[in-house]
Amino acid sequence: MGTRLGKHTVRLDSKPVIQSWAAIVGLKEGHGPLSNYFDEIIEDEYFGEESFEKGESKFLRETFNKILSKGEVSAGDIQYIFAGDLLNQCIAASFGIRETEIPFFGLYGACSTMAESLSLGSFMVEGGFAERAVCITSSHFCSAEKQFRFPLEFGNQRTPTSQWTVTGSGGVMVGKAGDGPRVTHVTTGKIVDMGINDANDMGAAMAPAACDTITVHFRETNLPFDYYDLIVTGDLGSQGKSICSQLLEENGITVKDFYNDCGVMIYDSQKQKTDCGGSGCACSATVLGGYLLEKLSKRELNKILFVATGALHSPLSLEQGETIPAIAHAVSIEMV
Amino acid sequence: MEFIRAFIVGGLICVVGQVLIDLTKLTPARIMVLFVVAGVILGALGIYPMLVEWGGAGATVPIIGFGNTLAKGVIEDVDQKGILGAFSGGVKAGAVGIAAAVFFGYIMAVVSKPKIKNKT
Repeated sequence: MGTRLGKHTVRLDSKPVIQSWAAIVGLKEGHGPLSNYFDEIIEDEYFGEESFEKGESKFLRETFNKILSKGEVSAGDIQYIFAGDLLNQCIAASFGIRETEIPFFGLYGACSTMAESLSLGSFMVEGGFAERAVCITSSHFCSAEKQFRFPLEFGNQRTPTSQWTVTGSGGVMVGKAGDGPRVTHVTTGKIVDMGINDANDMGAAMAPAACDTITVHFRETNLPFDYYDLIVTGDLGSQGKSICSQLLEENGITVKDFYNDCGVMIYDSQKQKTDCGGSGCACSATVLGGYLLEKLSKRELNKILFVATGALHSPLSLEQGETIPAIAHAVSIEMV
Repeated sequence: MEFIRAFIVGGLICVVGQVLIDLTKLTPARIMVLFVVAGVILGALGIYPMLVEWGGAGATVPIIGFGNTLAKGVIEDVDQKGILGAFSGGVKAGAVGIAAAVFFGYIMAVVSKPKIKNKT
């Protein structure tokens, strides 16, 4: 059974194992620096479907199937799915897995969904309620533009601080046994709202939440600041990343050499014209399910703190002049 | 010479839009509304017609030219039928543009499929 270390953090004493993982991405992500780490790169943004939304569901479904086949299990071996996405009522996830007949918890944590689902999946395994749980999420550039900004047909101009929503899906299967990377701590974030209301500057809105969760994590675990080989935030982008490391510095946490951001890692922003970098649920999920877990399993990394960040606004709340509430959840993943 | 004048006027109008996108937090939709309203005001004050005179299509094609057309229509209709023209004139003058936008927008939606512009 786990041990509560503080208000936000629990230690998972059984150390649930990430038994398999997968990431399927779109063409743009496939042209980025991490292209060799993804399971599949899909050229067609519709993925052979008739709408972007159906395409996104297929990304999630195919990734789910890939996780099962890589883990050499069948759907009957999974007790829970934790999944969510960015679309209204999370239809990418629920339509993506509706044929699986596995008990399902739908989540909305915006771009923090990967860490949120992994936290809950690990709790289920730790608590003995599940042998295996799949934690998965997706996002799609075309459906997210429609959901949060304008449909592509509108031909909207991008602003310099905007980020590029990652097209794809990433996920993991967490279970009791095995020799894969293990989940050792979970620090659940609280909502942080610094009063930013610019929807084109999510990095700045989410950076304080990431900083808060990382600071709390170190305070409650008493781990030294250089404990991790890599602290990786979800999708702050280049601007949010520099704000976050500055805020951490102010809190006395120097992580410069081993801090990175999935939004910065996934694209070559100069060459690919993605402005501040990647965003979306799939940003941290595909970097985790593609690159990070691969590096861990090869022991090129031994300990990471995965901090997915989310902006919890809606298009409606922005139109009503509300500011952007942000959240960040941290999960420690270690090779033991 | 006419081409160059149109190029200069049209280009400068777009520069204003680009500066607003880059330096302010205005959304593109707000910038568009701002342009139309600016066109109405400049048209009513008689400033925009001078730009049209000099720059031709460079001034009429951007959305700000639509604002000018609205103002022009209202002025003409008010002259003819009094205050009711304030409600009819703008729509009448803009009718061709509005109907064409709906018509061609529909045709294009039927024949084409949206895709990512900057794919790699």
